[in-house]
Amino acid sequence: MLRYSLKRALSLVLSLAVASLVIFAVIEVAPGDPASFMLGVNAQEDTLAALRAELGLDVSKTERYFTWVAGMLQGDFGVSYTYRTPVSKMVADRMWVSLPLALYALALSTAIAFPAGIYAASRRGKAGDVAVMGATQLGVAVPNFWFAMMLVLVFAINLRWFNAGGFAGWDKGIWAGLHSLTLPAVALALPQAAILARVMRSALLDILGEDFMRTARAKGLTRRQALWRHGVRNALIPVLTIIGLQFSFLLAGSIIIEQVFYLPGLGRLVFQSISSRDLIVVESVVMLLVFAVIMVNFLVDLAYAAVDPRLRSRT
Amino acid sequence: MKWIGKQGLVSGLALSALLLAGAASAKDDITIAMQLEPPHLDPTSAAAQAIDSVVYVNIFEGLTRFMGDGSIVPALAESWEISDDGTVYTFNLHDGVTFHDGTTMDAEDVKFSLDRARAEDSANAQKALFAGIDSVDVVDPQTVKVTLKEPDGNFLFNMAWGDAVIVAPESIENIKTAPVGTGPYTLGEWVQGDKIVLNRNPGYWGDQPALAQATFKFISDPTAAFAAVMAEDVDVFTGFPAPENLPQFEADPRFQVLVGSTEGETILSTNNKQPPFDNIKVRQAMAHAIDRQAIIDGAMFGYGTPIGSHFAPHNPAYVDLTGNSAFDPDKARALLAEAGFPDGFETTLHLPPPSYARRGGEIIAAQLAAVGIKAEITNVEWAQWLETVFKGKNFGLTIVSHTEPMDIGIYARPDYYFQYDNPAFQELMTTLNSTTDPDKRTELLQQAQRIISEDYVNGYLFQLAALSVAKAGVRGLWANAPTAATDLAAISWAE
Repeated sequence: MLRYSLKRALSLVLSLAVASLVIFAVIEVAPGDPASFMLGVNAQEDTLAALRAELGLDVSKTERYFTWVAGMLQGDFGVSYTYRTPVSKMVADRMWVSLPLALYALALSTAIAFPAGIYAASRRGKAGDVAVMGATQLGVAVPNFWFAMMLVLVFAINLRWFNAGGFAGWDKGIWAGLHSLTLPAVALALPQAAILARVMRSALLDILGEDFMRTARAKGLTRRQALWRHGVRNALIPVLTIIGLQFSFLLAGSIIIEQVFYLPGLGRLVFQSISSRDLIVVESVVMLLVFAVIMVNFLVDLAYAAVDPRLRSRT
Repeated sequence: MKWIGKQGLVSGLALSALLLAGAASAKDDITIAMQLEPPHLDPTSAAAQAIDSVVYVNIFEGLTRFMGDGSIVPALAESWEISDDGTVYTFNLHDGVTFHDGTTMDAEDVKFSLDRARAEDSANAQKALFAGIDSVDVVDPQTVKVTLKEPDGNFLFNMAWGDAVIVAPESIENIKTAPVGTGPYTLGEWVQGDKIVLNRNPGYWGDQPALAQATFKFISDPTAAFAAVMAEDVDVFTGFPAPENLPQFEADPRFQVLVGSTEGETILSTNNKQPPFDNIKVRQAMAHAIDRQAIIDGAMFGYGTPIGSHFAPHNPAYVDLTGNSAFDPDKARALLAEAGFPDGFETTLHLPPPSYARRGGEIIAAQLAAVGIKAEITNVEWAQWLETVFKGKNFGLTIVSHTEPMDIGIYARPDYYFQYDNPAFQELMTTLNSTTDPDKRTELLQQAQRIISEDYVNGYLFQLAALSVAKAGVRGLWANAPTAATDLAAISWAE
C-alpha cells in the first residue's frame, strides 16, 4: 500500500511540473498585452511602460516563469493585474461558490444514477430498463447549457420558483445559498447522472455474469440479496473512476454554466481573466484546477486500493 | 470570505431595516444590471468604461460634469471665470463639500487630482486631457486657478470626463477597492464577480437623491441577460446585449425599452497607409459599396443611426453627410476600375468581439465581395486587436465603435492606427482647440466633418444605439449615453 501510494505521489508531482510549463507557455503565447488592454486606446507610451513595470511585465518570460513557480511553492499565487487583489484571495472567495456547486451537482448526480442504474440492471431487457436507458440516452445527448436555459425558462421566468441566476451569498443562510445553486446544480447534474447510470448498469451486468455471482445464488441467496451484497460492491470500481472524472469536470468545467447563471465562481473568473488578459490569474487558477484534478485522481487511485484489496499488494 | 461575510451581514441587516421602514412608502432601492464588471473602482487609472458606469457622478465628481443630454454643467466647481486670452480658468469651488471619509474637499484636493493625472508617472488612460495644463495653483481653499499653455475650447468638457474626477490624497492608496469621493453615493460592498452595492451618502453637499441603495449586477451572457430581466431579478439593464429581444420587452407592459444614442461612431476602419487603401478612389469605392441600412438591420436589428462622417448625430454641430457615400455598387465598381482594380483585390478584415463587429463584419464582407473586394475575416479578442491592429497597424480593414465623446481629433494624429495624414485637417484641429467662440467652433467642426467624409478616410457606418430595458416604474434613466455613466441621483420609482 505504501509503495503504491508513493508511486502515485511521484507521478502526481511530475504531472504538476509538466502542467505548469504547458500552462505558462500556452497562455503567454497568446497575443495581447495586459497593460494596453487595461489602459485602452488613448494610453500614452510612457503610461503603458509605467504600468508594465508596476505589474512586473518588463522582465523576461523565463524569469517570470520561475518567479511564478517559486511563488506558488510558497503558496503565493501572485496579484491579479486588473483587480489588484491576491489571486489566492480571489480563488478562495470563488471557491465558496464553485466547490459547493460541484458537490451539490455530484450529490444529485449520484443520488439519481445509483438507483437508476441498479434498477435498470436488475430489470435487464424489461420495460423499466428500456425506459431508464432511453432517458439516459437523452441525458447524455442534451448539452448542459441548453438544458440550463430551459430550466431558467420554466422555473425562473414562468413559475418564478427560482431566480434566473446570481448567487444569494452564504451570509443570507445556507438555504438561500443552496436555493440559488439549485438550477445550476441540476443543469450540471443531469447529464452526468445519465452517464453514471449507464456505467453503473453495465458494470453491474458484467458482474452479474461472473462465476462468484452464480456461487452466491447457489448458496441460496435471492437475486436481490446477491445483487446488493456482491454485485453493487464489485461494480463500484468503474463507477468510482467515473465519479472522480466527473468531479474534476464539475469543478473545472462549469465555466459555461457559471456564465449562464452569472455565478461568481471560478469558471467565471477564468473567463473574465482570459478576455482581459489577466495572465497571472488565468495561469494560477488553471494550475490550481490542474492540481485539483490530479489530486482527485490520486484520491480515486487510493480509493481503488481501498475497495479492491488486489491493488494493495500489487507493486 | 470572512470580510465579505461581515460586510454582507451588516448590509443584510441594513437592508431588512430598510425593507421594514420602507414597507409603507415607495420603493427606494434598485438593482441595475450591465454586461461588464469593473476591474477596479478608480476611474482615473483605467480605460474600462464599466468603472465609470458604476462610479461616475455617484461616488466621484469632477469640477464639471456631463448631463444626460450631453451638456456640460458645473459640479464641484460652482462657477468659473476665464481670462480674456482664454488661458487662465479660475474655479470657485462649492462650500461645505466633504469626502466620504469626512475630510473637506478644497482647492488643495483639486490641485492634487489634476497634478496627479498629468504627472510623469501618471497611470491616467486619458492623459492627453491634461496635456494642455501648464500649472494648477491654489488661490484660497475655495478657489483654484488653472493656467493653460494655450487657449483650449475643450477644457471644461475635458474636466467633465470620469478620468478627471477629484480624489483626495488621504484615500488615494486604496482607491481601487475602497473609493472615497464626494458624490451622493458611497461604496457599500463589492462582491467581486457578482455585485457592487452603493448606499446613499447622508452627508452629500447637494440634494439628497431618491434612491437609498443601488445594486449593480454583472451579466455578460446575452441569454442570461434576457432571463434576468424577464424573471424580474433586475430592475434595469443598461447596455442590453440582445437587441433581438427588445420587441418582446416593448410588447410587455411590465417593461419599458429606452433607445438612445451613444458617442460610439461605428466605422469600417481602413489602413490609409496600406496599399491599395492609400488610393482615395479605392476608399471611395468601398464607401459606395456599403449599404448602411442593411448593416443596421442585419447586425443591430434596426437600432442605430446612419452616419456619413465621424461625428455624433445628436451633437448640435452635426451635418448629415451620408449622401457622400450613398449605396451605389455600380459606382463602386467603376471607381475600382478607375483606380486600377477592375477585378477587385484581396484584403483582411479584423473583427473584435462585440456583435456590431462580428455580425456587421459578415454583412460588410458580403457587400464588398459583390463589387470584387474579397475581405478575409479574422475574429480577434480585444487584447489581440489592440496588439495587432491598434498598435501593430497590421491590418487592412477592421470594424470598431469609437466611443470617446468628441473624438474627431484622432484624425489629426497621423500615427493613429488608421494612419490618416492630412496637414490641412491637422491645422484645422489646432485652430479649433484654440477657439472658444461657440459659433466659430461649430463652423470649424462642420468643416472637419466634411474633410474626412470627402476624403473617405474610413467607412462611416452608424452611431451605436444605447439600449436599455427597465421595469415600467423606473423614472429618470438616461436614454442617451454621452459618457459611460449611471446617474443614480436622477433615478426614482413612480408612485
